[in-house]
Parts: sequence; structure tokens; C-alpha cells
Amino acid sequence: MARAQILQAILIWVLLLILLSLTVGASFLPLGRMNPVVSMGIALIKASLIFWFYMQLKKERGLVRLAALGAGAWLLILFLLVSSDVVTRGSF
Amino acid sequence: MTERHIPETDVEKVSYLRAGHSLRSWLLTTDHKRIAILYLYAVTFFFFIGGAAAALVRIELLTPGGDFLTNEGYNRTFTLHGVIMVWFFLIPSIPNTFGNFLIPLMIGARDLAFPRLNLLSWYIYLLGGTLTLYVLVAGGVDTGWTFYTPLSSMFANGNVVAATVAIFIAGFSSILTGLNFIVTIHTLRAPGMTWGRLPLFVWSHYATSLILVLATPILAITLALIAAERLFGIGIFDPSLGGDPLLYQHLFWFYSHPAVYIMVLPALGVVSELVAAAARKPVFGYWFVAFSSIAIAIIGFLVWGHHMFVSGQSMYASAVFSFLSLAVAVPSGIKVYNWTATLYKGHISLDPPFLFAMSFIGLFVFGGLTGLILAMLAIDVHVHDTYFVVAHFHYIMVGGTVSAFFGALHFWWPKITGREYIMVWGRLTAIFIFLGFNLTFFPQYLLGYLGMPRRYHIYDPSFQVLHVMSSLGASLLGVAYVLPFTYLFYSLRYGKPSPPNPWGVTGLEWTTPSPPPKQNFDQIPVVTTGPYDYPVEMEDRR
Ligand code: HEM
Ligand SMILES: [Cu+2]
Repeated sequence: MARAQILQAILIWVLLLILLSLTVGASFLPLGRMNPVVSMGIALIKASLIFWFYMQLKKERGLVRLAALGAGAWLLILFLLVSSDVVTRGSF
Repeated sequence: MTERHIPETDVEKVSYLRAGHSLRSWLLTTDHKRIAILYLYAVTFFFFIGGAAAALVRIELLTPGGDFLTNEGYNRTFTLHGVIMVWFFLIPSIPNTFGNFLIPLMIGARDLAFPRLNLLSWYIYLLGGTLTLYVLVAGGVDTGWTFYTPLSSMFANGNVVAATVAIFIAGFSSILTGLNFIVTIHTLRAPGMTWGRLPLFVWSHYATSLILVLATPILAITLALIAAERLFGIGIFDPSLGGDPLLYQHLFWFYSHPAVYIMVLPALGVVSELVAAAARKPVFGYWFVAFSSIAIAIIGFLVWGHHMFVSGQSMYASAVFSFLSLAVAVPSGIKVYNWTATLYKGHISLDPPFLFAMSFIGLFVFGGLTGLILAMLAIDVHVHDTYFVVAHFHYIMVGGTVSAFFGALHFWWPKITGREYIMVWGRLTAIFIFLGFNLTFFPQYLLGYLGMPRRYHIYDPSFQVLHVMSSLGASLLGVAYVLPFTYLFYSLRYGKPSPPNPWGVTGLEWTTPSPPPKQNFDQIPVVTTGPYDYPVEMEDRR
């Protein structure tokens, strides 16, 4: 690995640690219903960093990127249809 | 057919079977064909362990009282049956044996894309399987194969954590296999083997692999969450800790409904091959059959809530899931119609593999249609958690997938071993399996409709006649499943050596000798025609 790459890896790692402390910190804030939104938002940023740099998607071709996006789309299906139950439980 | 032992032929001497004789050459092999055989031994072993558990269940159910197994013992027995059959037989059954053996041969490649990963997946599978057997010896689990919370997280006193670890491990074997197949199909197709020339078996394994890769991680995470709640008291599913018990069912079925398609899609691929071979005609509507596999893989992810209609899921979600469940039947229906249209006006051969294919079609239709009945909200309230559901999924997983497994075994046996078996016995087996199966499971539809709940071993005496019929059928089925061992093993020593293409059918795997050489093909073939280019020239025939 070239020096620049190692430096970059360490930089991303530090960034991830900062985001982690943000997650922990945010859980103490009295945000109410916004709490999960904030922690999910931070998690999304962390995941993107890992995808892009550690899993080297920035170097990959279209098909591989598409496959990675597919995983995200599937997670969205899971969240969406689970919500279709959780959100409507009181009213239906 | 003479009684004399037929010595090794010249083709066999240079085949993959003789490329190294030592145990080590088998246990460290990276040849996809040998790994397929390792898997064949392993899944057969687990099939019989799961079968033994089923036998105990059927013996217990002969009488309305609980006089053979204890309550706890009964729970542990059906859990063991489900866990072993689902994760250690059905999921790996066709893909890891026939898929492993045939995909490289069918696309004109020398091996899978990652041969060592392929071997690793076998060892991981064995590790998971061994751990499951340990759990069994160490006292078992009583939650059912579904591990529902809060039973599994708060009340069950068996080895729940050990069992989830075992399945967690086995899951990685599935993921590696799926990954390997996807990469192989994308990158190792022979020159001229375009996507439109892929055999339908390969298409269905491609769809299966997508599910393996996308769904299995969710199962792993879900099982890990149960362990986290049991061991560390982290509130995920337990309401008193702020969790949601239904969340477990959502996560479990987000994996497990697609997983039922992992179990049946490879079988659909086998049957597409067998139907074309039986009729000696191109498959009717190739692209529809190919894409229906992909459609099943995708829509199969959107229907899981049909397992939760009476669990407390909101009515709105239930209605959505009911609608989507009806939609998933469309691509399955397309396949059945297209097979029928393929057979139409064909000169249908009734050799053993094709008999298995025909019985598959009938049983799959029956299982699929009762799936639609279950997907209707109002009816499901009545039959949920009864033997009706048990009959529904056994029609597909046992009547369907296991029949296709035997169909594949009888079709590709001459290719895999280089020897032909005695046809009459194969035909008899196919007929016995069909009869035994229906005698076992048809009464269960009636039982369920009349109100016999699943997972109970003490029942109302009025159900006994149907239960006894079912147990009798199960004995017949058990005998029929053992039969192939006799004539297939017999063929290894005494069978006639098979020509490259004993059935006179299309497909690259039939262009190479039986059994194939280690490298599969002397030269990588160049493909110039579509997959079912019938009629085949006569001199290629037997
Ligand atoms: C035509 C598509 C299908 C539909 C609409 C369908 C529908 C359903 C429904 C609604 C249930 C829940 C019944 C209840 O618990 O009350 C169910 C259960 C089940 N189905 Fe299907 N099904 C279909 C195909 C399949 C296939 C292809 C398989 C297997 C390869 C399968 C395996 C199962 C299993 C294992 C269960 C029971 C799980 C359990 O509770 O232990 N189904 N199905
Ligand atoms: Cu389902």
C-alpha cells in the first residue's frame, strides 16, 4: 500500500470514530421522536464511508456499484414494509 | 443386464473420479464436481437424520394420547426435524450438489470462479451441521424451526443460543455459494454462451443466488439479536425492555419467505430441463421462464407478512401483504403453463427422471394453489397454525423439491458416475414416492381444515383415522426414499457404461464424456445455438 492510501485509511477511521462519538452523544439529547432519525442519519454516513473507501467502491465499475446499491435498496424494502405495519398499528 | 461386474472403462480412467484416489485428494479438492459429491454425501446424511425425526413425530401421532414422546420431547423432535430439513437439507440440496456439478459444465467453464471458496463453503456447512448435531445430543431445542420470540428469547430452556450459532455459521456457507455462482455466471461463460443461450437451470440458480446473498445476512443478524437479548438482556424484542416482539417475526420472515424460494427455485430449474428433455422440444417461452425466476426472487421479498396475519400485525399491512402474495403466484403460474405448453404434442418419454418431473408439476400446483388460499386474509384466520399450513408447505418442499432432487439424481446420474442404472426400478421409485407422498400429506389438508392444530401431539380422537393414514403414507414414502440407494449403488459396479449423451438431449454437459474429465472439456466449447435446439441429430443418441 502506498503512503497516501494508508493515510487515507487512517483518516477515514478517525472520521468514523468521530461519528461514533456523535451517535453516543446524540443518544443523550432529548430529541424525542427525532432521536432514531438522527442516529440513522449518522449510521448512513458511516456506512457510505465504509462502502466508498474501505470497500473500494470508488474504484469499481458500474455493475459492482449497482450490486452495492441493490443491497441498499433491499434494506429500504425491509424498512418500508415493516413500517407499513408499525406505523399503522394503532389506526387500522 | 448381466450380473457381472463391469471393470473400469478407458473414459473412467481419465475422469475426475480417478484424478487422485486418496482421501486427502477428496477432502482438499477444489474440483467443483468432487465438491458436489462431498455435498451429496453430506446432504443425504442430514436428510436421513431429519427423516428419523419425522418418523418419531409420525409414530407419536398414531394415537390421540401422548404415549410415545413426552411433551418436551415432542417439541424438541419437530424442532430438530424442521431445523435439519430446512437448513441442512433443502437449502443446500439442489444448488450445492447439482448446481455445483452442472453450472460450470452447462456454461462451458472449467470450474466455478472461486474453487477454494467452494471447498470452504462445504467445511463451513459441516461445522454448522456438526454443531447442530451437538445441540441435539446435548438436549435439543423446543422452539420450532421459527425460533419465535418471546419463547426463544425469554422462556425456552433448551440450547437456543447454540442452535442459533449453528445456523448462523451454516448461513455463511450459503452466502459463499451464492456469491460464487453469481460471479461464475457473469464471468465464466464460454464464447458464444450469451445470456439468452443459458440453460434455464442456470437462470434459476442465478435467481436463487441473488436470494442467498441478499436474504441470508438478515437471518444471521436476526439470530445474533436473539442471542444478544438472551445473553446480555439488550431490549430488541422484549417489550418490557422497550423491544417489539413482532419485529422478530418481521425480520425472520424477511429472510424465511425468500428462503422458501431458495428451496424451490433450483427445483423449478431442474424441472425446466427435464420437461424439455422429456418432450424433446424447445421450452415454450424461454424468456418468460427465465425472467419468471428473477421475478420470483424479487417479488418473493415483498410477501413475508402473510405469515403474520393473526400475529397482531396491522390490518393495513396484512391487506398489502395479502395482495403482494397473490402477485407472487403469477410467475410460478407462468412456469407451469409454459411447461405444459412445452409438453403439448411432444413425444413424451416416461423414463424415470421425467416421471419425477411430472409428479413435481402436479404436487407443486397443489402446494402453490393452497398457498393462494392461505394468502386470503379471512381464510387464513381459520387455518393458520393448523395442519393445512403443514400440508401446504410439504407439498412444495417435499412433493416439489425432493421430487425434483430425485429427478435430477436420476437424470444426471449417468453423467456424474458414468454408469446407467436399471430403468424399471427408477420408474417404480417415482411412482412409490408420488403415492406415498400423497397418502402422507393429503390427509393433512383435511386435518387442518377440520381444526387440527400443528405442533400438538395430543389431539381429539376424531382426528385419528386421518393421522393413521398419514403415518402409513410416511412409511411407504420412507421405503421409497431408500430404494434408489440399492439400484444406484448397484449401478456403480454392475451398470452399463454410459455414453456422453444417454438421453439424447441438448446441453453442453452432454457433449463431454461421462464421467467428465477433471478439466470438464478438452477445449472450451464455442456455442453457436440456443439451449434447446431440438431435434438432436440421431448419431448423438444412445
Ligand atoms: C404461490 C406462492 C405461495 C403463497 C401465496 C404462499 C402462501 C403462504 C401463506 C399465506 C402461509 C402462511 C400460512 C399460515 O401460517 O397461516 C404460508 C406458509 C408457508 N409456506 Fe407458502 N406460499 C407460497 C409458496 C410457497 C413455497 C414455494 C414454499 C416452499 C418452497 C412455501 C413454504 C411455506 C412454509 C414453509 C410455510 C410455513 C412456515 C411456518 O409457519 O413454519 N410456500 N405460505
Ligand atoms: Cu411465505
